[in-house]
Amino acid sequence: MRAVERLATRDWSSHPTQHYPRYRSTELRAYKRRLVPLQPSLSELTGPVFGHVAVDASDSDLTRNAVRSGEVLGERIIVSGRVLDEGGRPVRETLVEVWQANSAGRYAHQADNHDAPLDPNFTGTGRALTDSEGRYRFTTIRPGAYPWRNHHNAWRPAHIHFSVFGTAFVQRLVTQMYFPGDPLLTLDPIFNSTSDLDARNRLVAKFSPDLTEPELALGFEFDIVLRGQAATPMES
Amino acid sequence: MPPQTPSQTVGPFFSHALTPAGSRPGRIPGNRIADEAAPGVPIRIEGRLLDGVGDPVPDGMVEIWQADDEGVYGRIAEGFHGFGRAGTDPDGRFTFLTIKPGPVAPGMAPHASVAVFARGMLNHAFTRIYFSDEAVANAADPVLSSVEPTRRGTLVATRNDRDGIQSYEFTIRLQGDRESVFFDA
Ligand SMILES: [Fe+3]
Repeated sequence: MRAVERLATRDWSSHPTQHYPRYRSTELRAYKRRLVPLQPSLSELTGPVFGHVAVDASDSDLTRNAVRSGEVLGERIIVSGRVLDEGGRPVRETLVEVWQANSAGRYAHQADNHDAPLDPNFTGTGRALTDSEGRYRFTTIRPGAYPWRNHHNAWRPAHIHFSVFGTAFVQRLVTQMYFPGDPLLTLDPIFNSTSDLDARNRLVAKFSPDLTEPELALGFEFDIVLRGQAATPMES
Repeated sequence: MPPQTPSQTVGPFFSHALTPAGSRPGRIPGNRIADEAAPGVPIRIEGRLLDGVGDPVPDGMVEIWQADDEGVYGRIAEGFHGFGRAGTDPDGRFTFLTIKPGPVAPGMAPHASVAVFARGMLNHAFTRIYFSDEAVANAADPVLSSVEPTRRGTLVATRNDRDGIQSYEFTIRLQGDRESVFFDA
């Protein structure tokens, strides 16, 4: 069994406000009552483990993992980073899942009715396990911006959705990664639902010459810091 | 100390990536946490996810983490994983097939930890499932006891056997008079 040793509460100065009127869907879906404090027990400090049974290397190359008849369309990119805890320690062998729109701004999801072309060779979904240094790496294409009906002329900035587990169930994090220099960021209610500017900017990946590969793909670095620290192996 | 990465909503377009409908079968657990080979009492949890006016949330996702039948976490046995994930259907319904968890420690009532995700939820919400047929254990449970009495019922799944399977109904209300208890867990 693996468990996290010390766990502070979620840092609510970093996380969004649950009821954020500019993001209209929060109106009926944000909890309104105060969260009930819970002293972490084993129920919170342990969490699921997904080994190599759940993931293989091909799952992390979104330009290949759904190819049927040709090349994926769009600008190839590499997205890599480390999953860390608040002590700066790597979170090893944890599951990272991603999903995103294609280069035209359309999801391979039946509910997406944006009038932009689907790419038959791209589902925009992938998963990876972090390595012994907490590092993950995806090859994909740069997603397009897409319109949504939140307000007049609303467009989501280009983003990749991330789902990360960590070691403890309450380290669970679902977030979105954005791209540097995107003019849509200042207009986007979801990005701006976190009031702290520094915290928001941690959602913006950094262009990385080191991750960039000649004649292939631009590289972006995106580290993810989960709540809690000191993941200690325990025998059960 | 590096600061925490902010949460963001799961959005509306995750099911093909995260739920079994869209993933290669058998690789990430879906809503079947335990199968016939798993030791323990097989149970079914039939849930609903509702918004502030009681309408179903059709684009939500519920995850469960639970101990095995002896109350041990993280012991992956044949037919049992401990983790499950289910998307909600157009009626906001979700189902888990699992086994009744054992008590994790003396004085604690059997329960499962729950994380709730949906478009419109900027942070996921943590709640718990307790079981209505554990009244004595529930009355002694320190977490249930820490919740004001009028709200405890939102954490207790109601036994309602169907089709010969020990079944429980559990409703998660994101808002309203009977808003579920969510934990700062
Ligand atoms: Fe999106």
